[in-house]
Amino acid sequence: MIRLKDVTAGYKGVEVIKNINIVFKKGSITSIIGKNGSGKTTLLKTASKLLKPYSGDIFLNDESIYNIPGKQMAKKISFLPQIRNIPNISVYNLVIHGRFPYLGFPRIPRDEDKAKVEHALEKLEVKRFRDKNVAELSGGQRQKVYIAMILAQDTEYIFLDEPTTFLDINHHLEILEIIKELKNMGKAVIMVLHDLNSALSYSDKICIMDRGELVAYGSPQAVYSSGEIERIFNVKCDKVYIEGKSQSQYVFSI
Amino acid sequence: MKAIDTLQRSYTRKFLIKNTASYNIFVIASLAFILLFFIALSISVGSSSIPLAKTFSVLFGEDVVSKEFQIISYVRIPRTLAAVLAGCALSMSGLILQTVLNNSLAGPSIIGVNSGAGLFTTLIIALFPAYFAFMPIAAFIGALLATLLVYFIAKTTGASRLTIVLAGAAVSSFIGAMTDTILTVWPDTAISRTSFVIGGLSGVTMDALRLPGILIFVSFMAAMIFSYDMNVLSLGDETARSLGLNVARYRFLFIVLSSLFAGSAISFAGLLGFIGLIVPHASRFIVGYDNRMLVPVTSLLGSVFALVCDILARTLFAPYEVPVGIIMSFLGGPFFIFLLLNHRRRLISD
Repeated sequence: MIRLKDVTAGYKGVEVIKNINIVFKKGSITSIIGKNGSGKTTLLKTASKLLKPYSGDIFLNDESIYNIPGKQMAKKISFLPQIRNIPNISVYNLVIHGRFPYLGFPRIPRDEDKAKVEHALEKLEVKRFRDKNVAELSGGQRQKVYIAMILAQDTEYIFLDEPTTFLDINHHLEILEIIKELKNMGKAVIMVLHDLNSALSYSDKICIMDRGELVAYGSPQAVYSSGEIERIFNVKCDKVYIEGKSQSQYVFSI
Repeated sequence: MKAIDTLQRSYTRKFLIKNTASYNIFVIASLAFILLFFIALSISVGSSSIPLAKTFSVLFGEDVVSKEFQIISYVRIPRTLAAVLAGCALSMSGLILQTVLNNSLAGPSIIGVNSGAGLFTTLIIALFPAYFAFMPIAAFIGALLATLLVYFIAKTTGASRLTIVLAGAAVSSFIGAMTDTILTVWPDTAISRTSFVIGGLSGVTMDALRLPGILIFVSFMAAMIFSYDMNVLSLGDETARSLGLNVARYRFLFIVLSSLFAGSAISFAGLLGFIGLIVPHASRFIVGYDNRMLVPVTSLLGSVFALVCDILARTLFAPYEVPVGIIMSFLGGPFFIFLLLNHRRRLISD
């Protein structure tokens, strides 16, 4: 598990998140929600060691992540940023970058690495694009290819920053189903989501951020019942059951 | 800026499919063959032309006394070697800068690398003429300081692609003013200055090539070894870091390498502009974006380009010689425009 203890972090001396205490467990999906500028991405980056906190510590199985060297960390924790360079390389070459933490000099992939890449390409159904340039793919296809890279990286903890933003509804749901599968593989997925309905229906835990503070944390049902969503987002939230569907949905109105 | 981005993308769109192992081997073998051809040509042509048969008899040690032997050993070979080294080094410097700064407009002459190296070499000429042999080291330090300064400015202001180019222009102009001040105070240095600014390969001796040659060779090996890390770095800082790459350390390493390349070349060839900008682009046109291929291809292509320019510089107006830097700009400018125009339709549609 990953445990944040009294973590305060930010940029250029400004505290963006304050005194965060939270635990992310394997085999679960945690969604971080909150208004723009509430510190969601900062929390994600701090927890995945991309941003050094001003105070507090982060533990991976009781070991401070600051004692774990970069490549060892990259075998445990992966992070998919929202804004990325679009590289001019083939899909296969991008996905095989996921094996970078496992490569020694002279960076030649072993059979095991290639097998993991093939598996990831198959799992995400992007095998037919393998020789295509990443820059040529649609937004949804590109997102799947990046998740294939994360899958090839084969980490226990996966941090995703808005993995479904800008995607059409079909790709949006497809990505969420893939994330569910990652959880079923025993991985922990921690993500920032803007779509509250998706967050509430797909997650095991919801974490609400407001002005840099963690204001609610718990199961979707508990968070829904607490009324915090309505308070923070200033909307009315209703849970609806649709006949023939096992999953309940959430609708929002002003 | 967007146009160049699109241009880069269209290279691979067109050529990625070709990029199989056999295609790569074919490209490298062809370039190596072309390079050998031009090396032979470069040794045999010049103000006094030496027949190829004679050239080979000298090269294979059969002739060690004739006038041709003297010309080949003391003029042609150093000069040819200088062109090969300078072409390779400046192109590599450009390739590395473009990759690690994630900026297709980067090149040693644009980012301020050249001016930094220029200032430090001028300082050596003016203040410590006795330490002439340390020119490559001075040029390297100058190049490194200028690059780091530009990188630092761009980073603190929020590193957009344009910022780096503008910061480079500002730093270049400032450093240029410092160089000019030195020239005003020590007018004696001005003579070597003119040929230095335009860039040229005439009068290069083997002695002047020894240290730069070693530095370029070592840097090239390092670039080969770390070419895959360069690929990872070009995914963007956050992705690279989450893949376990120490981004700050590697970026610094690559900036050092790029400065070593540029500084070494500038110390004996002067400020050859443009080659560092266009050769990496031409190489991407041929092999796509994988730095594992780009490093060898850019080196070979850079050497070939510099050799061709130098041969033209020596023969076009023989017995007069044109500085090679001028030929490079004459050939390189239109070539770059051709690359842009060739993709005109795509640029508009994108």
